[in-house]
Amino acid sequence: MELSTVWFIIIAVLWTGYFVLEGFDFGVGMLLPVLGRGKDAETTEKRRRVMINTIGPVWDGNEVWVLTAGGATFAAFPHWYATMFSAFYLPLLLILVALIVRNLGFDYRGKRDDAQWRARWDAAIIVGSAVSALLWGVALTNVVRGLPIDASKEFTGNLFTLLNPVSLLGGLVTVGLFLTHGALFVALKTTGPIRADARGIATRTGAVTAVLAVGLLAILGAADGNPGSWVTTVVAAGALVAALTANLRGREGWAFVGTFVTIAMAVATYFLLLFPDVMPSTLDTAWSLTTANASSTPYTLEIMTWVAVVFTPIVLLYQSWTYWVFRKRIGTQHIPAAGPTPTTPDAPTTTPTTTPSTTPSTGPSAPSPEPSVR
Amino acid sequence: MDNLDLARWQFAITTVYHFLFVPVTIGLSALVAWYHSSWVRRRRQDDLRLAKFFGKLFTINFALGLVTGIVQEFQFGMNWSDYSRFVGDIFGAPLAIEALLAFFLESTFLGLWIFGWGRIPEKLHAACMWIVHVGTLLSAYFILSANSFMQNPVGYRLNPETQRAELTDFVAVLTNKVQLVTFPHVVAAAYLVGGAVVMAVALWHLRRVDVGRDEGMYRRATRLGAVVTLVAGLGLAVTGDIQGKIMTDVQPMKMAAAEALYESSDGNAPLSLLTVGSLDGSEEKFAVTVPGLLSFLATGHFDGSVQGINELKAEYAQKYGTGNPLTVDATYTPNIPLSYWSFRLMIGVGMAACLIALMVLWTTRGDRIPRARWWQWVILATPLLPILGNSFGWIFTEAGRQPWLVFGVMSTSTGVSPSVSAGEVVTSMVVYTLLYGVLAVIEVKLFLTYLRAGAPPFEEPVVAADQDDDAPLAFAY
Ligand code: HDD
Ligand code: HEM
Ligand code: HEM
Repeated sequence: MELSTVWFIIIAVLWTGYFVLEGFDFGVGMLLPVLGRGKDAETTEKRRRVMINTIGPVWDGNEVWVLTAGGATFAAFPHWYATMFSAFYLPLLLILVALIVRNLGFDYRGKRDDAQWRARWDAAIIVGSAVSALLWGVALTNVVRGLPIDASKEFTGNLFTLLNPVSLLGGLVTVGLFLTHGALFVALKTTGPIRADARGIATRTGAVTAVLAVGLLAILGAADGNPGSWVTTVVAAGALVAALTANLRGREGWAFVGTFVTIAMAVATYFLLLFPDVMPSTLDTAWSLTTANASSTPYTLEIMTWVAVVFTPIVLLYQSWTYWVFRKRIGTQHIPAAGPTPTTPDAPTTTPTTTPSTTPSTGPSAPSPEPSVR
Repeated sequence: MDNLDLARWQFAITTVYHFLFVPVTIGLSALVAWYHSSWVRRRRQDDLRLAKFFGKLFTINFALGLVTGIVQEFQFGMNWSDYSRFVGDIFGAPLAIEALLAFFLESTFLGLWIFGWGRIPEKLHAACMWIVHVGTLLSAYFILSANSFMQNPVGYRLNPETQRAELTDFVAVLTNKVQLVTFPHVVAAAYLVGGAVVMAVALWHLRRVDVGRDEGMYRRATRLGAVVTLVAGLGLAVTGDIQGKIMTDVQPMKMAAAEALYESSDGNAPLSLLTVGSLDGSEEKFAVTVPGLLSFLATGHFDGSVQGINELKAEYAQKYGTGNPLTVDATYTPNIPLSYWSFRLMIGVGMAACLIALMVLWTTRGDRIPRARWWQWVILATPLLPILGNSFGWIFTEAGRQPWLVFGVMSTSTGVSPSVSAGEVVTSMVVYTLLYGVLAVIEVKLFLTYLRAGAPPFEEPVVAADQDDDAPLAFAY
């Protein structure tokens, strides 16, 4: 196999890793207003914290998959990277902003015990997750459908070229898939009422998504499907149905595996539809970027292959280990007291204590003695 | 302003902003790891408290380093697509390797460290922070090797057919002589920041009237921070000196610009500490100079000769004006006042931090505590000085490379994205500026809140084995 084909596959794998992993944390973020709602403010807050803590230790690691995909595209297919990133200028800008506010939301919302502060970061998490989920779907669907690319490999369209019905449908499908995937993740990782609610939501979003996804893959497949892409389409659809069935029977683990496979196969379908192009041109097929004309030299690809072969398994190993360490389900009973209040022991309130284990430096209004680190 | 100027400003703003947080991350992760493993080894309660305290400040800072880094990763393709096409072969590889090796390591093990209390064995837990630190160093190494290629392109050939740079020797790219000295210099600069942050924060608490029993803890932290600052400062001077010589070798114009030296000097060239003159430095009215210092910095001898801007310009024109289609800018000179002042400010503010560290060591000896009011201002300045030093150093390095994007090979103006409209660049510029401004305010406020709260009281850590199933998590968002 040509090295450039190998790299096409590696990039497909990186996107798969991104969507199957960050997909569920996008889903958890989007579900915050729905699943994270209780009978009173206190329950609402506890439920939200349970949800965020299911993904707390892992969302950052999940996100690195897309950074690696970007870096790998730059290294292996510089023309693809250059054309794609400059063509999607404004959508990418939006995605960046969405990712930024969302990430900070996870990190900062619990850092002050203040309802308004938390409400703002919650909004950042919800909107940020939804916008990035939607726009990644729009962007990748545009790549598969092709864009007006001229002879010098430059994009000649504008923002409205990117906002066409099929691509928007692609965005809706990613949102739906991630919602379902996220709900199943919450069901798998929590106990108590939130777990039951999550299963209910997964069934509903899953059913809608199944219809949208079949429509989308049929449209794309009809345009330039091949036997491989039809196989993965069928597997994706089958896995989604299996996931929903498992969910109805209360088999959360299998249901999550089901959406995992669905998303992986949907990405595979996209890349199979694309190959051997990487950015088809709608102006003239001769101007399309392909694995051959967009790639780096064999020497670069060879080095990168070695790096990928050696280090990807190591990354997979320690990332899986993290999931193992944090495998326990959590419920509202596990949530400790609220985060610290922004108080300042500025005032010279000397509190002489005799126990060596308490610190006088934190005055009476100091943060709750929660041994948290973040 | 055209697209080019906008793209340059945008790159400068976003990168300098990213690099406000990066040195704190690199420096502080080492100190947090040190305190954590020191607790595991010696069981001194203070060490665990300080590990958690600085650990919290670290995570607040890390969050912003992380999100601004994502912008960096995408920016090459968005604003500099022609550059990306040209150097992707060489430049993309370190970037991809950085993500695969470093970012996964940092993000995964930081998650483990933050949420790992009571879940993983304590030695392993402390090791997680060391792994994060190693991740930050790897990250710095690979990104700097990409940057060093732009300063001094090696290990490639120009393919005349495709007009692209093609990699011929990856080891040469990773062991670029510019890279080998830049990496230690940048890491030392990061430790300078880490040391200064610890010193300033601990000293602020030490001076509080109600510091009480914690006096010993904060005194030790203050002094450790001061020592780290001093050692890092020494490392900076040594590596900076070597960097000056290598720079004179690969980019003589940058050194000439650093002194605004228009006419070549045959020996004993002085380094001016400051100059009052015409803005472009071509005419001097008043100057404080150290004889021979420029010669020493550039060549290692006080009587070495240093080439001036005018001579170099003629030389560059001959060497580079030979029809390479990517070399379109024939000015060959960077912005002289910017180079001149950023160079001095880098050294000046960084070294000021070292002076403060000396002063702190002296005034906190024995059981003394500096009480004078003006110490407040010193404490405020302590972490800001080395952070600014980093910014100035980069501004010097990057602006001094101009008008080249890849030195000697590609002019900056040929790298910008042709298909991106001015409206798009303006939009992103406005968005980044507003967003970054707001984030800076939030981050500083949060940082100060946690800084003031001080080290949390000691609590015996729970051991993974004897946790009951419904016990609250030791840490939760
Ligand atoms: C607080 C931080 C700090 C301090 C005190 C110093 N530096 Fe520095 N310097 C940096 C932080 C820095 C930096 C930000 O980290 C740079 C930017 C790029 C790089 O490699 O490191 C840098 C670059 C840089 C360069 C440019 C290299 C190039 O363009 O290729 C030179 C010649 C020096 N430094 C020399 C010195 C000398 C002689 C110093 C003191 C005696 C010194 N630096 C102190
Ligand atoms: C993190 C520290 C860095 C800082 C603070 C920094 C700063 C700057 C500044 C101030 C400019 C504008 C110079 C000018 O236009 O006159 C610039 C330009 C640029 N730098 Fe850096 N830089 C850093 C690291 C890097 C690295 C690591 C790379 C490459 C991997 C890089 C690549 C570039 C590029 C592509 C430009 C745009 C072209 C130009 O105007 O020169 N920089 N940077
Ligand atoms: C212009 C080129 C640069 C790019 C593309 C870039 C990219 C990134 C990205 C994507 C992240 C987030 C990683 C994560 O998700 O954990 C990041 C963080 C980081 N970067 Fe940069 N970066 C650049 C400049 C630099 C430079 C010059 C250095 C060091 C000398 C550096 C050191 C770091 C470190 C240590 C972190 C992790 C700590 C933190 O998040 O604060 N970066 N960078």
